[in-house]
Amino acid sequence: MRSLPEDPMIRELVTRARASVVTRRAVLSTAAAGGAAAALAACAPIGSAAKTLKAGKDHSSTVKSMTWANWPLYLDQDDKKKYPTLEAFQKQTGISVKYDIAVEDNDAYYAKVKDQLALGQDIGADTVCLTDWMVSRWIQLGYTQKLDHANIPNIKNLTTSLQNPDFDPGRNHSVPWQSGFAGLCWNKELLPKGLKQVSDLWAPELKGKVGALSEMRDTIGLIMLEQGVDISGKSWGDKEFTAAIDELTKQVGSGQIRNIKGNSYADDLKSGDTIAAIVWSGDVEGINATIGKNKFAFALPETGGTLWSDNFLIPIGSQEKANAEKLINYYYEPEVAATVAAYVNYITPVEGAKEAMQKIDPTYVDDQLIFPNADTLKQAHLFRTLTNAEQNKYNSQFQGVLLGA
Amino acid sequence: MAITAFGAGGGPAAAVDAAPKRRSWVALFLLLPGILYLVLFFIVPLVSLIITSLETQSPDGAFAYGFQWQNYVDSVGTFGTQIWRSFFFAILATVIALLFSYPLAYFIGVKARRWPLLQSFMLILVVAPFFISFLLRTLAWKTILSDDGPVVSALKGLSLLGPQAHITGEPIAVVFGLTYNFIPFMCLPIYTTLERLDIRYLEASSDLYAGGWATFRKVTIPLSLPGIVSGTLLTFIPAAGDYVNASQDFLGGTSSTMIGNVIQSNFLVQENYPVAAALSIVLMFVILVVVSVYVKRSGTDDLL
Repeated sequence: MRSLPEDPMIRELVTRARASVVTRRAVLSTAAAGGAAAALAACAPIGSAAKTLKAGKDHSSTVKSMTWANWPLYLDQDDKKKYPTLEAFQKQTGISVKYDIAVEDNDAYYAKVKDQLALGQDIGADTVCLTDWMVSRWIQLGYTQKLDHANIPNIKNLTTSLQNPDFDPGRNHSVPWQSGFAGLCWNKELLPKGLKQVSDLWAPELKGKVGALSEMRDTIGLIMLEQGVDISGKSWGDKEFTAAIDELTKQVGSGQIRNIKGNSYADDLKSGDTIAAIVWSGDVEGINATIGKNKFAFALPETGGTLWSDNFLIPIGSQEKANAEKLINYYYEPEVAATVAAYVNYITPVEGAKEAMQKIDPTYVDDQLIFPNADTLKQAHLFRTLTNAEQNKYNSQFQGVLLGA
Repeated sequence: MAITAFGAGGGPAAAVDAAPKRRSWVALFLLLPGILYLVLFFIVPLVSLIITSLETQSPDGAFAYGFQWQNYVDSVGTFGTQIWRSFFFAILATVIALLFSYPLAYFIGVKARRWPLLQSFMLILVVAPFFISFLLRTLAWKTILSDDGPVVSALKGLSLLGPQAHITGEPIAVVFGLTYNFIPFMCLPIYTTLERLDIRYLEASSDLYAGGWATFRKVTIPLSLPGIVSGTLLTFIPAAGDYVNASQDFLGGTSSTMIGNVIQSNFLVQENYPVAAALSIVLMFVILVVVSVYVKRSGTDDLL
């Protein structure tokens, strides 16, 4: 059967039409009624969507397939463009997994699926990995399904510090996939001296060659850290945020910063449009691997970088919840986690992966980007949780800079 | 509206005027699907958009209906630059596209008449880009125009670009992208009018001692005006609202943002629906005014 169209309304119509294999007249009347209902539902303001949505019916026992939406460069891949750990999972369980590199930016992904979520429909993914603050929004809005920990026994391997985040105490709706830092990346051939702090990006010779992330918490977080703000603490507010925005505005306005974007910053580094950028830690190794040479380096700024986690969650409309839970469970086996970490170069949340890594590739055991020690972690900071009002205000300021307004 | 220009041969208008005046239920009935379509896909969304544009937002992000005219003032105040820039870019792209398309259309439609095979081949070449996704083509240009790409290296080699200058992310790249992407929309309508250009008019003009330039200005251009007008409209209107070329993921940067990007960001990223809706309506309104004035001035108001 053909895959469903992306537009939520049409998707709904097609699904309904398919579901009722009856006379043409009946299909037409169903479609009309469904369309009207869907149209009305979509008109409802987002705020009122807090009404409880019904989780998709779990077909996992009969349907042995699922889709996993994830970010680019985020799963181990071999030369044949296959994913070894995922292949092993499929062989082991008989569940066929479609790995969909669909997430380029938290906001952009959310914008794409939010209409379906608000209607409690399938978004074409049975599990998605999203960043903490976005996961927090999904849980608040009731867009996630409650996880059955009985299906994820390996969750016992979850590292202690990530077991009870404020948005999901006890991890009933989300499970960390990888954690990572936002820091500085530079082209080693053109900048042999490297970068030590955020202000090194503002050097005159880098004018027009600097990239930044469209993830507000990372770009602004780094600038705030350099301005001496403790981004994890509750004490900062509008004044500190605006000071960081002003710095960013200045650098964008003068043409120092070439662009501010999501994961596609990798293309700009590769094409030479940018030679220094604020990036996510693990990607740098991935970029070096795709171009086949060790051209880019990564470091946390001396004043510190941000620390974030991306988390598995199961969208409300998914009909393969148990399959997805099996997948999560599989990736919490220390050996599998270590294999993934050796490739993606992000911090694995799985206890025991370090010991497993010893067997896979001992050179990675001391890699600070995968198994950071206390000193490295001291340099990394969590961006504090924002209230809804702050989120709206700050995001609108930040997006204003991106739009050059 | 503009589509009628493709068939604007002149003449049939009189016959339409003489249509029977008696009420015909059949005609109304036949119109029904069209009217339903308009109501469902134009009137209803438009009303919904207007209502959204007047909503108020509470600090925690929830929207409520309120007669908030301030939305219009605020959004135009904040994004005035982007609105101006959009129209400036769109006009620039339209003019450049016209300069490229007219000679091309003239060649295909008039000069190449003797060689029908060449004519069809060239038409295919004009249409061929449509066979590849618009996004892919724009991304390809991003790579071609990138700092380490052939264009920038060549221009730097010729000292036409400074050592720190670049093309992607700058207004020039956006205007280039707009022009490139809309040239077929400009070329095809002009081609259809020129293809029917009666050469005998040109001969008559030269018999009356008009030089090449005068013939072109006084005969060819007026005869192809319907094509020019519809071509410019088909280019200008979508170009003014375009948000792909100017997006930072494609050819744009922060200094070349167009109003389409602002609307996209407000609708999809910031979820500030009232501002996005207000800007959409402003954009629609300004385009409507610009287009009406243009069509009126160019003397082809029967197009509307």
